[in-house]
Amino acid sequence: MKRRTILKGGAALGFASMLGGKMALAQGLEKAKVGFVYVGPIGDGGWTFQHHQGALAVQEAYGDKVEIVWQENVPEGADAERVLTQMALSGCNIIFTTSFGFMDPTNAVAAKFPDIKFEHATGYKRDHANVSTYNARFYEGRAVQGHIAGKMTKSNKIGYIASFPIPEVIMGINSYYLHAKKANPAVELSIVWAFTWFDPAKEADAAKALIDQGVDVIASHTDSTAPLAEAAKTNGAVIGFGQASDMAEYKPSPRVSSIIDNWAPYYVKRVGALLDGTYAQADAWEGIAGGEVEIGEITDAVPADVKAEAEAMRDAIAAGTYHPFTGPINKQDGSAWLAEGATAPDGDLLGMMFYVEGITGEIPS
Amino acid sequence: MDLGGINPAVLIASLMVASVPIILAAIGELVVEKAGVLNLGVEGMMIMGAICGFATAVGTGSPFLGFIGGAAGAAALSLVFAVLTQVFLANQVATGLALTLFGLGLSSMIGQGYVGIKPPATGDVPFGPLEDIPFFGTVLFSHDWVVYLSIAIVAAVWAVLKFTRTGLILRAVGESHDAAHALGYKVVRIRVLAILFGGALAGMGGAYVSLIRVPQWTDGITAGAGWIALAIVVFASWKPWRVLLGAYLFGGITVLQLNLQAAGATIPVEYLSMSPYLITILVLVIMSSGKGKAALNAPASLGQNFHASR
Amino acid sequence: MVRLEKRPSPSAFWQWATPVLAVVLTMIAGGIMFALLGKNPVEAIRTIFWDPLFNEQFASYSRPQLLVKAGPLILIAVGLSLGFRAGIWNIGAEGQYIMGAIFGAGVGLALYPVETRWVFPLMIVAGVFGGWLWAMIPAILKTRFNTNEILVSLLLVYVAQNILASMSVGLLRNPEGGGFPGSRNLSQIPAMANPELIPGTGMHWGVVAAFVVVIAAYVMLQRHILGYQIKLTGQAPKAARFAGVSPARLVLLCMGISGALAGAAGLFEVAGPSGQISIDFNVGYGFTAIIVAFLGRLNPIGILLAGLLMALTYIGGELASFMLALPSAAIQAFQGMLLFFLLAVDLLTNYRIRFGAKREVA
Repeated sequence: MKRRTILKGGAALGFASMLGGKMALAQGLEKAKVGFVYVGPIGDGGWTFQHHQGALAVQEAYGDKVEIVWQENVPEGADAERVLTQMALSGCNIIFTTSFGFMDPTNAVAAKFPDIKFEHATGYKRDHANVSTYNARFYEGRAVQGHIAGKMTKSNKIGYIASFPIPEVIMGINSYYLHAKKANPAVELSIVWAFTWFDPAKEADAAKALIDQGVDVIASHTDSTAPLAEAAKTNGAVIGFGQASDMAEYKPSPRVSSIIDNWAPYYVKRVGALLDGTYAQADAWEGIAGGEVEIGEITDAVPADVKAEAEAMRDAIAAGTYHPFTGPINKQDGSAWLAEGATAPDGDLLGMMFYVEGITGEIPS
Repeated sequence: MDLGGINPAVLIASLMVASVPIILAAIGELVVEKAGVLNLGVEGMMIMGAICGFATAVGTGSPFLGFIGGAAGAAALSLVFAVLTQVFLANQVATGLALTLFGLGLSSMIGQGYVGIKPPATGDVPFGPLEDIPFFGTVLFSHDWVVYLSIAIVAAVWAVLKFTRTGLILRAVGESHDAAHALGYKVVRIRVLAILFGGALAGMGGAYVSLIRVPQWTDGITAGAGWIALAIVVFASWKPWRVLLGAYLFGGITVLQLNLQAAGATIPVEYLSMSPYLITILVLVIMSSGKGKAALNAPASLGQNFHASR
Repeated sequence: MVRLEKRPSPSAFWQWATPVLAVVLTMIAGGIMFALLGKNPVEAIRTIFWDPLFNEQFASYSRPQLLVKAGPLILIAVGLSLGFRAGIWNIGAEGQYIMGAIFGAGVGLALYPVETRWVFPLMIVAGVFGGWLWAMIPAILKTRFNTNEILVSLLLVYVAQNILASMSVGLLRNPEGGGFPGSRNLSQIPAMANPELIPGTGMHWGVVAAFVVVIAAYVMLQRHILGYQIKLTGQAPKAARFAGVSPARLVLLCMGISGALAGAAGLFEVAGPSGQISIDFNVGYGFTAIIVAFLGRLNPIGILLAGLLMALTYIGGELASFMLALPSAAIQAFQGMLLFFLLAVDLLTNYRIRFGAKREVA
């Protein structure tokens, strides 16, 4: 195909759209070029690293039939829009944008290239037929962690290192707390807002502050292993969980389990659908059942009965027989949220800006 | 003794650890600036120290050698700055900023194989029964060796600058390079050595982050500590002991605000998280308005390049 | 024996030749680095410097993007250069950029959904004011309490970042955004948008402002008394005081101008290319602009060219990164090298290299 000559001249974008129309016919593709846009460096060991693992899985699964390209360290905003456009111009058939902040740029570029598929992680805008969104139900993993935390704490104080006050994070805090409370009614939760996704030194300080306050189980929603490293200095007195990646180097303790973001199944599925022509717009929000959220091995530092309970909970969530937000649940101010037996609608979760009853402190705003 | 649920001994002990990277980098930069050179590349040198130290420690299994490696790696990077500013007479501000950019990139390339590895651990110095003294045991005798080294370096820099001939020459070069040159001192050679010293200390500060503070390697691990170190030098008005004070103040408020959160204090988090910066500014304002001249303590030739025209 | 001899006046030839020489040297050194990484060096260099400008597949899109990327850099750098010439060190343009964006966007969003064409000019005024205000803090502390402006302006960047995070999850959060962080998208609201003025050129009001400011600064430095005072203060502070220049007034003016321009850059960015206030809205323009200011030798025309060159390495670097799977760290290191070479060969402009023994002077 003479892409280069067609694109000559000023109205490149218009031509590119026509061109894309020829390339992405519904019958599927001989070969797909797949783009990934990352917000951080692949070497972050967490969020971006896991997305890149998913990208490599796509290459592994389809070999010569796909070509993957990626771009690290893309700032959100104007730069993202440019990187996306350049990727589209370079002939990508599908582009995954892997950070919430890429939402508006993704939709803006998708408007210009109607025949290229765009997949945006963790967002909610699908302004055009060629934009899909995907996310993972991390709160399911938080439920399992909460149960372990409630059972394992000796001081009855558990901690949570939070990044920014957004629904994604608050959902996780609530799920963690509810299940810790269920396992151990005496439990108290301390939350530290780091106001960063990634600042290892600050995360270490936050973990230390929690430990100094008598907390002995720490969960974190920031990306580095610093909290685990801090916990490791207590010689087993404090435990924690791997976040985003398995963080297996801290096994068997302080890392007693982990939530692993596993994007590979989704990426492989979507690119596969594009290749065989079954691709359709989607709003995917899968969890343990779909394989997006993996519970990393629960180590022997956890007593066998607790481990069995945690695994049973994991399996019940996977089977769809248990929803981590099942009523009765009240909001922090005591007003009712979910009635007995009711489960949380996705809409409530996606916009969750309140703590559940029992958590002290206020959500910063 | 408890302040709103926070144990002051534990707090002081934590802030001493939290401040080490900043102290090391800042005291190194102080020497550089005393010699009349403004190197804004501290962040780049720190992160080079962090990865070189990490790689050395993982390779040799010795954290001590790791610190040497970190110092060497960062000093090598600072040599680029030294050559550019002292031989090629390039602008110091721009070269320093470029050094940070280059250091961040280079460290990430070197570090690609080191993500997700645990470095050899560094233990606390054993003080035996001293560790059990109430309050002081926790504050003074519960740390790793680098904490003590950092304080010793501050003392040494202070003593050298104040009492020795070397210190006198260094300050002369920083105050008036023309006069120092006229007196027969090798201005360029002295400045290059000062830059290398500053680089080595920044590298040790970076290595402390990747080897002890957050024992791991990830891209951008120093997360802006180098900039804070630069600010602390100015805060200290180029006086060594004030570097210690400034770093403890800054580190202390950072640790305190996280402790307040963990203890469930009701102060809004967004104010708490900007408090270290605001309070540092406030203290500096009080110090400089009280003394009147604190800010005028800068070496007179700071940032100016020297060319021996005669 | 090699030695340097200061030229009586900068060499006009080398002033133009040094950037070319630096780029050539960078290509060689960078090519070696890319080769070590196992990439084809010729292809990598071509992708960075040539493709954004002339590749048929990308250029019609990338070329205008140069202006989009260079606009804020130039706008901020010109402002900073005035202060730098007078020895006034505003290192915190990044914070002023953020505050300009917050103030400007805040005014716009407070008026939402008013649809008149006065909204955007009002936002510009607010953006300029926000940046100016943030720069006045170090300026007033310096003139009043003699507090070092480097420290205060730098630390205020972190404060501004905290305010930004708080704004994007609090006051300015999009009420229709389902609780997600970030404001409404200003670029999609006609009354508040800073659109591309002529399609396919990348020109938006911020780029226009950058060009205007370059010319204004050039004229001022050449013809206006303020330009004279700035230059005099930088070269001979004592003489300037004798000539009746008030140092305090100059600090307030220079900090104020650089803050206002950084604030304007923030506003143009948030209402245009970036589109919304979000936690990570700022991407380091304020710091990169410091490099641009010095690369341009603190001269408005030089800054214009330096800003465009920086923008080229960003955009070309992005292309090289995903086309050739180069790690973005390699691009960063490459940019660092380019800066090193540009700064190093500048020597030739002001000095002559002499071979042979130095003549003895008593």
